[in-house]
Amino acid sequence: MSNCDMERPLTAHIRPGQPPFDLKHYEQVGGYQSVHKALKQLSPGEVTQTVKDSNLRGRGGAGFQTGAKWGFVPMGAAAPRPKYLVCNADEMEPGTFKDRHLLEGNPHQLIEAMIVAGYAIQAEVAYIFLRAEYRRSAELLEKAIAEAYHSRYLGQRILGTEYSLELYLHTSAGRYICGEESALMNALEGKRATPRARPPFPPVVGLWGKPTIINNVETLCNVPHIINRGAEWFRKLARGTDAGTKLYGVSGRLRKPGLWELPMGTTMREILEEHAGGMCDGYKFRGVIPGGASTDFLVEEHLDLPMDYESVQKAGSRLGTGTMIVLDDRTCPVGMVHNLEMFFARESCGWCTPCRDGLPWVEDILLAIEEGHGRERDLEILRRHCKWLGPGMTFCALAPGAVEPLQSALKYFENDFKQHITDRRCPFRELA
Amino acid sequence: MATISIDNQPFETDPSKNVLQVALTVGLDLPYFCWHPVLGSVGACRQCAVKQFKDENDTRGRLVMACMLPAADGTRVSIADPEAREFRASVIEWLMVNHPHDCPVCDEGGECHLQDMTVMTGHAYRRFQFKKRTFRNQYLGPFINHEMNRCITCYRCVRFYKDYAGGRDLNAYGCHNHVYFGRAEEGVLENEFSGNLVEVCPTGVFTDKTLKNHYTRKWDLTTAPSVCVHCGLGCNTIPGERYGQLRRILNRYNGEVNGYFLCDRGRFGYEFVNHPCRIRQPLWRKSAGGALEPAENDDLLQHLGPLLANRESVIGIGSPRASLEANFVLRALVGRERFFNGMAETDATLVAEILFILKDGPARSPSLHEIEQADAVLVLGEDVTNTAPRMALSLRQAVRQEPMKTVDALQVPRWHDIAARDVIQENRGPLFIAFPGATRLDDVARRTYRAAPQDLARLGFAAACALDESAPEVPGLPVEAQELAREIASALQKAERPVVIAGVSLGSKALIQAAANVAWALCKQGKPCALSYVTPEANSIGLALLGGERLSTAVRVVEEGAAETLIVLENDLFRRAEESVVNRLFTAKHTVVIDSLESGATAKAEAVLPAGTFAESDGTFVSSEGRAQRFFQVFPPQPRVQESWRWLRDLMATAGRAESSRWQALDDVLAAIGEELPVLRPIIQAAPPADFRVAQQKFSRAPRRFSGRTAITAHADVHEPKPPEDADSPLTFTMEGCAAPPPPALISHYWATGWNSVQALNKFQSEIGGPLAGGDPGVRLIEPMEGAKAAWFTDVPPPFTARAEEFLVIPLHHIFGSEELSILAPAIAERVPKPYLVLNPADAQRLGVTAGDEVGVQVAEKECRLPVTISAELPKRTIGLPVGLTGLTGISLPTWGKLEVTAS
Repeated sequence: MSNCDMERPLTAHIRPGQPPFDLKHYEQVGGYQSVHKALKQLSPGEVTQTVKDSNLRGRGGAGFQTGAKWGFVPMGAAAPRPKYLVCNADEMEPGTFKDRHLLEGNPHQLIEAMIVAGYAIQAEVAYIFLRAEYRRSAELLEKAIAEAYHSRYLGQRILGTEYSLELYLHTSAGRYICGEESALMNALEGKRATPRARPPFPPVVGLWGKPTIINNVETLCNVPHIINRGAEWFRKLARGTDAGTKLYGVSGRLRKPGLWELPMGTTMREILEEHAGGMCDGYKFRGVIPGGASTDFLVEEHLDLPMDYESVQKAGSRLGTGTMIVLDDRTCPVGMVHNLEMFFARESCGWCTPCRDGLPWVEDILLAIEEGHGRERDLEILRRHCKWLGPGMTFCALAPGAVEPLQSALKYFENDFKQHITDRRCPFRELA
Repeated sequence: MATISIDNQPFETDPSKNVLQVALTVGLDLPYFCWHPVLGSVGACRQCAVKQFKDENDTRGRLVMACMLPAADGTRVSIADPEAREFRASVIEWLMVNHPHDCPVCDEGGECHLQDMTVMTGHAYRRFQFKKRTFRNQYLGPFINHEMNRCITCYRCVRFYKDYAGGRDLNAYGCHNHVYFGRAEEGVLENEFSGNLVEVCPTGVFTDKTLKNHYTRKWDLTTAPSVCVHCGLGCNTIPGERYGQLRRILNRYNGEVNGYFLCDRGRFGYEFVNHPCRIRQPLWRKSAGGALEPAENDDLLQHLGPLLANRESVIGIGSPRASLEANFVLRALVGRERFFNGMAETDATLVAEILFILKDGPARSPSLHEIEQADAVLVLGEDVTNTAPRMALSLRQAVRQEPMKTVDALQVPRWHDIAARDVIQENRGPLFIAFPGATRLDDVARRTYRAAPQDLARLGFAAACALDESAPEVPGLPVEAQELAREIASALQKAERPVVIAGVSLGSKALIQAAANVAWALCKQGKPCALSYVTPEANSIGLALLGGERLSTAVRVVEEGAAETLIVLENDLFRRAEESVVNRLFTAKHTVVIDSLESGATAKAEAVLPAGTFAESDGTFVSSEGRAQRFFQVFPPQPRVQESWRWLRDLMATAGRAESSRWQALDDVLAAIGEELPVLRPIIQAAPPADFRVAQQKFSRAPRRFSGRTAITAHADVHEPKPPEDADSPLTFTMEGCAAPPPPALISHYWATGWNSVQALNKFQSEIGGPLAGGDPGVRLIEPMEGAKAAWFTDVPPPFTARAEEFLVIPLHHIFGSEELSILAPAIAERVPKPYLVLNPADAQRLGVTAGDEVGVQVAEKECRLPVTISAELPKRTIGLPVGLTGLTGISLPTWGKLEVTAS
């Protein structure tokens, strides 16, 4: 962690290497204040309005306005019941480990957030949908949820108010597609984890056909702080037009790979050079996937980009989860992309044709090129896949995300691909 | 109405449709896989991509799936757009990545939707150079063959089997490009509608195993429009023949009746036509006690002529499985007073009652399509999955009607299957099932009620009384039944399209009357309640319309010596009456049996005349709906076999009856029926007459690509034989015929340019998923009386009371096993349960019997020993006895029976 004197609401009470605060300790540092405030002083509509005003955007990757999403939930006596709140903690994006930090570091912060969010939409039931492999998080969450029930933050008539909420932890069976919110709902209902069609959108027709809000862990964890300190404070945390702080992560051949809570809009160069300490000796920066595996490569010329939704999008990629994977000059881009596509091909749910049958073909071709069996026309086949697996062609966003690193690799590292094909071998093999 | 533009051409359309439906309805070719007219849209295969443009100025557009795009007014799309074409070709290329190139050895080849769509998109050359994925196939029972390597993962199979038909043992397993459609472990597919997978699967994953056993390509099959003979619903079928052997049954679409689907009994029961016990020549027992021996037609007819000359000494016994025409000619031969309808005694009573209720009462009998649309249903004493199987599939759709209102309210199009199911989830509309046992529809029923038949009737009477105070009360009804009756009444009252279903299978007149009271109570309130009665056989209603006396009267006539000669038409009487009763009938001096298969009746006859089965005959059946439907010969019978009505006509001729000479072709008989029986006159309209022509041409039974005609007999003679002529229908037995689509009643196969699979049906409908172009075939003969105010039935039965020494024996029907003809098909025979009897656990305990023990049972004149099954669903002091299984035929149920428990 860097020691600059900036505000870090999300991670302020996380002590790396030490167990998270228990409920009592968490309360002592101001935990659960937002629950008291929201449930006793604010109407659900006021909570939603505050979140709208804060300009909080979804930290799961899509960047949708959180308050606006909540605003779609039918409210009032005629609204369908029960309503559901789901925390998407199925963090499976390669290179991404930000939610894990929040879950393991301060589970009570998430529970606090879910009570407030649940109150805002008047949900009766909430679920945390947790990635299968996050066993440590599961243990800590179980314990924290039990504490919260014990202290009447959960269950019937929370803190003596009219509001009741049941919170369940659901550990996933483990598929990437479960992180796609509609597939997540199917999985939670015990069905095959295939995405649903939209419209209807989950705030209207969600879990078991009822209104449902699904928010990412990091998104939700911002909520208590917004309620406690106000929308304007939150907006001002950021450097650019987007609001709040952001957990940025870096992996690759850097001196200090890691995770930092920084103002939204911090530049990539600052993150890589100041916080991650720059490239390891003997390695040069070649490119970066800025927001998890399903985002386009950016290169040297983009290093001064502020890492916020709009800036990264303008540069041709996506902020995604804000956790970067850095490609160096001694690692084969073809091999890297093959590794990513292997993942995406495996994690395709098998629902729609382009994704199900296109991605394994892409994987096969990339492996062939990497192993020196590639042919000139393979690049054309890859390019066609980048086009035909794009947005709108497939049922959900998995395949469009999967081809983002491929299409940008073909753009920025085309010569590497060609060299593999002409030399009939991977030129990086002896460098490794 | 909305106007949408496809490739700059405007089309008027119903905006509640999607663009794929509209494109196909107007005859455009747009390939698709996962979409199905009744299964709806799920957007999985991405095959129907089109380019959508915002407005006239938008030249860029974006690709969208036509099946997911509502046909809203002003929608602009292009099918011909180069990008859309290229994408669609890419989809095929992806599907072909793993699809084997095994068309020449694939049963689907030549009628494969995947082949058609591949050709349609223009994808031809393989660029994929890696290994294909492979699967292990499963044994799925006697009906369906499994070849998973061909799978293109369109999800249609599970969407039909699970979502539509309620099956539980076929699933999608695995993920990515390794999705596997099969059972958790090998075994027989349990669902009664599994055969539809053959047509639902767009390629050769699920194919007809019975066809495989005597395989023929579609283009070498001779096919004709036909009607299923295995229950009373009258589902439309397309049987296919080659070399005189029936090879398979396909669904024949009728928007009002079976739609796209058949039950497995209807699809796989056909092999009785090829059975070794078929009678292929006339048989004659020249001396009493002698053997039946082959006889020449003329010799036998000459022998029979004098016996029939004196009409007064002849009686005829008709059959609910024979055509109206055959029954009519028999009636003409023997005279109206000496014609007996040949139904089981109880069936005859009940079917007559049903006919009275439907003709004279205010409630209308619904088509299966209407039952599908019902938003509240009461089933009173009928296990429809086993007695009228296709109706069960309709009821599974009916329970979605009420929840569909929420779908509509959310403005989710009904065709949007994913979204609609996400909204509906497990919500089901009101379906009440009252039956003395578990039924296969219980999983979607709101309430089930288990009781003895008369107690079920009491529940029905109570529901009627709850609807209308003037209906008779039910004294002494238990509180929970009273509450249920009120709940039923309230649900039916709230519904817009309520349906009440009862039938003859429990042998209870009270049930039939109770159902009528419920429906009539609703009709009285101005609610259009439909009333559907399940009748046992293909022509039960037709026969009842024709009239005829009871079997018991026939016995009396014979025993009084007033009938020297007995003619039995297509009727194994031993399945319809007690053995002793039938034996008394056969004391007549001369007995003639006309039938297609050896039976108990033919074994007793003096003369046996070989009849064609439905596949070798033309005729008319009247379904339980009251719909008269024509079936046509699929192939001419073998030389010495002929249609029953022709045998009867020949008998008339030989008996010197002049009018028979007028009956040369089917239309002559139809005309005679119309003249004599006004109620049946409309049956003439059930299909075009034999002289119907378009462009001076008949329509062909064989497809255009029929390849075998000149080769079939080439080993013996290279001369092409003259094709058989058909005087009875406007169909040819060859591929010659009019190229234009035939009228709906004459559709013998679905084919259109570029559409070789069953999906060519699209080209025959006036609207995709709607009626056939020209209207769905069949004519309804029974409509409710205008302004009818039928009086309540007041015979409320007393509650069921147990007897000290006896049990009430209740008939339990089996889709596979209870029907006479289908059990002769080897595939069906594999699915027939072994004879058993069911006891309530309390009775079993009292008798000291456990499951599997053999007990003796004495019912009527039958005594047998059967293994015991125990079911808490069966009412106490009753026995459930399967109907029609070996050794259990000829028992009139329900009746009282005794159990004998001996230590084994």
